[in-house]
Amino acid sequence: MIETFYEVMRRQGISRRSFLKYCSLTAAALGLGPEFAGKIAHAMETKPRIPILWLHGLECTCCSESFIRSAHPLAKDVILSMVSLDYDDTIMAAAGHQAEAIIEETIKKYDGNFILAVEGNAPLNQEGMSCIIAGKPFQQQLQHVADHCKAIISWGSCAAYGCVQAAHPNPTKAVPTHKAITTDKPIIKVPGCPPIAEVMTAVITYILTFERFPELDRQGRPKMFYSQRIHDKCYRRPHFDAGQFVEKFDDEGARKGYCLYKVGCKGPTTYNACSTIRWNEGTSFPIQAGHGCIGCSEDGFWDKGSWYARLTDIHQFGVEGNADQIGGAAAAVVGTGIAAHAAISAVKRAQNKGDSK
Amino acid sequence: MSANHTTHSETSVYVYEAPVRIWHWINALSITILAITGYFIGAPLPTMSGEASDHFLMGYIRFAHFSAAYIVLIGFIFRLYWAFVGNKHAREIFIHNIFKKSYWSELWHEIKWYLFMTKEPKQYDGHNPLAIFVMHWFFVYGIIFMIFTGFALYGEGTGAGSWAHVLFTSWLIPLFGQSMDVHTWHHFGMWFIILFVMIHIYVAVREDIMSRQSIISSMISGWRTLK
Repeated sequence: MIETFYEVMRRQGISRRSFLKYCSLTAAALGLGPEFAGKIAHAMETKPRIPILWLHGLECTCCSESFIRSAHPLAKDVILSMVSLDYDDTIMAAAGHQAEAIIEETIKKYDGNFILAVEGNAPLNQEGMSCIIAGKPFQQQLQHVADHCKAIISWGSCAAYGCVQAAHPNPTKAVPTHKAITTDKPIIKVPGCPPIAEVMTAVITYILTFERFPELDRQGRPKMFYSQRIHDKCYRRPHFDAGQFVEKFDDEGARKGYCLYKVGCKGPTTYNACSTIRWNEGTSFPIQAGHGCIGCSEDGFWDKGSWYARLTDIHQFGVEGNADQIGGAAAAVVGTGIAAHAAISAVKRAQNKGDSK
Repeated sequence: MSANHTTHSETSVYVYEAPVRIWHWINALSITILAITGYFIGAPLPTMSGEASDHFLMGYIRFAHFSAAYIVLIGFIFRLYWAFVGNKHAREIFIHNIFKKSYWSELWHEIKWYLFMTKEPKQYDGHNPLAIFVMHWFFVYGIIFMIFTGFALYGEGTGAGSWAHVLFTSWLIPLFGQSMDVHTWHHFGMWFIILFVMIHIYVAVREDIMSRQSIISSMISGWRTLK
């Protein structure tokens, strides 16, 4: 008999009071009504722990770093014991062959019943040689585990979209999970570089409690955290509506906490929960610290720079510039053409008049 | 000059019905407002000083943009309807027979007129073939593109479940990849429309002067005078 979540938590010295606090906080974080705190508690008490295999491809470990900093009470105990994290090469004690053996063991024991969490992504060029796990390309490990899992969580922008290693020109051809493997397993994307810790733990809690994914949008992200833009809930939004902007990072507006739109804040195009949940136990988030959002939870955000200008740099047409520079240049060319055409027309007309006289 | 008058007979044709003319000028005004306010949404005016509660500048600019956008949308739907119930000229910019050989030869003739390769353009009651070509492929699709991308961006603000989000945002943003690209393409769309407007006004003025047919006054009175 596998232990339930609750038994594991109690064994780890977590009081019932703390456990219930965790349940109600998670229910609130998930946007559920108060009655769901009880449901979560019930699920935790009765359901066996679902094993998770947490694979790491090309990544920077920021997702793991974020995850272990989940802020609500006793996150590191609750979360790390809540999920039976059978394999996570960066934080597990085992190493080498022992560590790899756990994957096979889990697959054998829980075939079709464990969750695959992917951090980072798989490079496809050079037959995947840019990311080798246990002597094999990461893509093979990913495909193998995906074949036996129940569902896949794509942690972070790497696994969800590609992130920095997939930025132009993408020499290793790094691709997100859903493009790296062929699978019919459901994939939930939790983008961000890294995703917010509470979002990560809440997603896992939801899956464990209700044994299904939370409602996803068309891009496969949980709606509860990714259906609104940073801009929609930004505490600096009144300054945007008033037309009060930071023009430079050392000006009066920056000191007064005006809107960072003109210095490139990507809040208006970024779907994430930073402006509500915030980071580091709800302490702050980039805009609150005086720097614009860089849009890290959006597809291809590395190629949608500059992070310090409102309009995106365009490289696609073989020219460097933003939409206004390119559009203005086109207008100048057409304007010159019109002027030249008008001049020739006038000359021709004068000639014709001369002829007809 | 007086001799010229006697050799040419003047005829008049009723081309643009009142609803088309009203739509044209409302549309022109709305597009002007949209371009100006849209530009200032992308590149806001210098910052306002004082308390945020004293100002609503960006709010008003965006309000003007959204209002004008609604007018363009409703106007365009009306214009589509009028293509069905109006006279034959009301349909010209929406459908034309590209399989007719004469269309292409006349289009070529019109291009030659603009390249100064023929002395006289052919006369048309409504749009000439080149005008039909540009109105259809640049204006009609240009404005449809702007309506779709524009209301997709509008739906981002009104939020999930709103009509704009359901009809446009929910599928257009995944189609483009993310919100930023929709913004960028909508911005390019503005410049595309500006280029169209520049050419549109230039050729209208030029034709008025050079081609012995009224153009600008026709869009006011509805009557085309062929000299």
